[in-house]
Amino acid sequence: MKHLSLQQAIAEFVKDGQTLAMEGFTHLIPFAAAHEIIRQGRKDLTLMRMTPDIIYDQLIGMGCVSRMIFSWGGNPGVGSLHRLRDAVEKHWPRPIELDERSHAAMAAAYQAGASGLPFAMLAGFVGSDLPSVNPNIRHIECPFTGQRLAAVPALTPDVGIIHAHLADKAGNVLLRGITGVQKEAAMAAREVIVTVEDVVDELDAPQNSVILPSWVVSAVAKVPGGAHPSYVHGVYDRDNAFYQEWDAISRDRDGFRAWIQEYVLDTGDHAGYLARLGARS
Amino acid sequence: MSTPDYTRDEMMTIAASRLMWNGCVCFVGIGLPSAAANLARLTHAPGIVLIYESGTIGTKPSVLPLSIGDEDLAETAECLVAIPEIFTYWLQAGRVDVGFLGAAQIDRFGNLNTTAIGDYHAPKVRLPGAGGAPEIAAHAKETFIMLRQSPRSFVDKMDFITSAGYIGDTEARRKAGARGDGPQKIITDLGVLQPDPQSGELTLTGLFQGISVEDVKAATGWPLAVAESLERIPPPGEEELHTLRQLHARTAEAHKRARKLPY
Repeated sequence: MKHLSLQQAIAEFVKDGQTLAMEGFTHLIPFAAAHEIIRQGRKDLTLMRMTPDIIYDQLIGMGCVSRMIFSWGGNPGVGSLHRLRDAVEKHWPRPIELDERSHAAMAAAYQAGASGLPFAMLAGFVGSDLPSVNPNIRHIECPFTGQRLAAVPALTPDVGIIHAHLADKAGNVLLRGITGVQKEAAMAAREVIVTVEDVVDELDAPQNSVILPSWVVSAVAKVPGGAHPSYVHGVYDRDNAFYQEWDAISRDRDGFRAWIQEYVLDTGDHAGYLARLGARS
Repeated sequence: MSTPDYTRDEMMTIAASRLMWNGCVCFVGIGLPSAAANLARLTHAPGIVLIYESGTIGTKPSVLPLSIGDEDLAETAECLVAIPEIFTYWLQAGRVDVGFLGAAQIDRFGNLNTTAIGDYHAPKVRLPGAGGAPEIAAHAKETFIMLRQSPRSFVDKMDFITSAGYIGDTEARRKAGARGDGPQKIITDLGVLQPDPQSGELTLTGLFQGISVEDVKAATGWPLAVAESLERIPPPGEEELHTLRQLHARTAEAHKRARKLPY
């Protein structure tokens, strides 16, 4: 484990053509890390995430993504992800290959990856057409009862990227609130980058807290506000207004590119992004 | 016909909330189902157990969540679990009474499409996708579905089945290995449909005030079966309407709160 700047962490661990899992279920979404990947111009990424959300809409719209493994691709509570739709329907700015599953199957596949198993099974996709369009959803028979079960390959990202409340100086990481599949995604990954709100001397967390020990973490980067526009439980709220505004920002290609230029590319780092948003509102 | 002093969405939400019961364990989808389930909690079913797929169990949000993982859901939950657990110990193992879903399209056997309009590989409209719905529709003891009724949403032939209802009939659903009984109530903005116990075909069983059978038939993309005795569903009660409007007002207020940036 090393403490790095976010810029250094992305430069060192994230390469073109890799498979990345950037998780956080509505809560603790690692937006700052995605913006840095856009600034550093990574290409041909395979992205996995249960809910692509605005974070992958931005990466897809910038042409960073060739393939996506996911289960629900909308703007939560608002509507469509327009950049995702444009990529799927019109192949702009490049075609995107989809490996589409369900939430239960994604969660199980991260668990399999974290457990060193080649595949996950679930009583899933009953009567669904998804297995007929996705060869990564197959069926097996229980060797004991004969029950037919769905199987999906394990998810094993090259790099897992998450955002968390705190790390200590040794690099142990603490998450609170809704923790989604972050622990599973991190444990399934070869390298793990964690952005945190703050670094403290001691975590001083209650027993049974969700903690990633330093020795399973590759790099910790302190990035206050790093989950905006998602939220950090007890620290700052979800920016619901931004999620609603994104619908208009992302609706057309030029408007989207202009926004990314102004708020991501021209701001240098996450502090610059927050300062520019703050100046506007 | 006089204009009622409530909207169709309000009627639909209230009618759906009446179908929930105290102590019911309900796996809630975002949007209309979430409004109906919370209205039930705030009126006749204070002991309803609401589960959202973010891992919040027994949650009692003060406003309707915009996303399925809002802080309020976590803050007010009886317990909070990781996502792999919510879909296994709680849903797959059969602990959910009602799976409460929305959809873009439904067919006459209660199958749902939330994936794509047109060919999957070259879709005319790409929809968000499955989320938790395929397994909710399979494993909840029964499924309630809310969607506004029109020929575009109630379709004769669906392009894609994301989540199964009765597939082709009740036997097909059983053979496919579904644990739960499937869609039992479909609540639209015109009335309520229920499956025929033998065939699984959705049948109009209840009408809202001021709506005729012809209205519902015209909003359905297949020749709609109609029950012999139709229930005339009572209009919103004063308390129901007041509670729902207050809930929506609190929600709107919370969601438009001025942006407070971190740091």
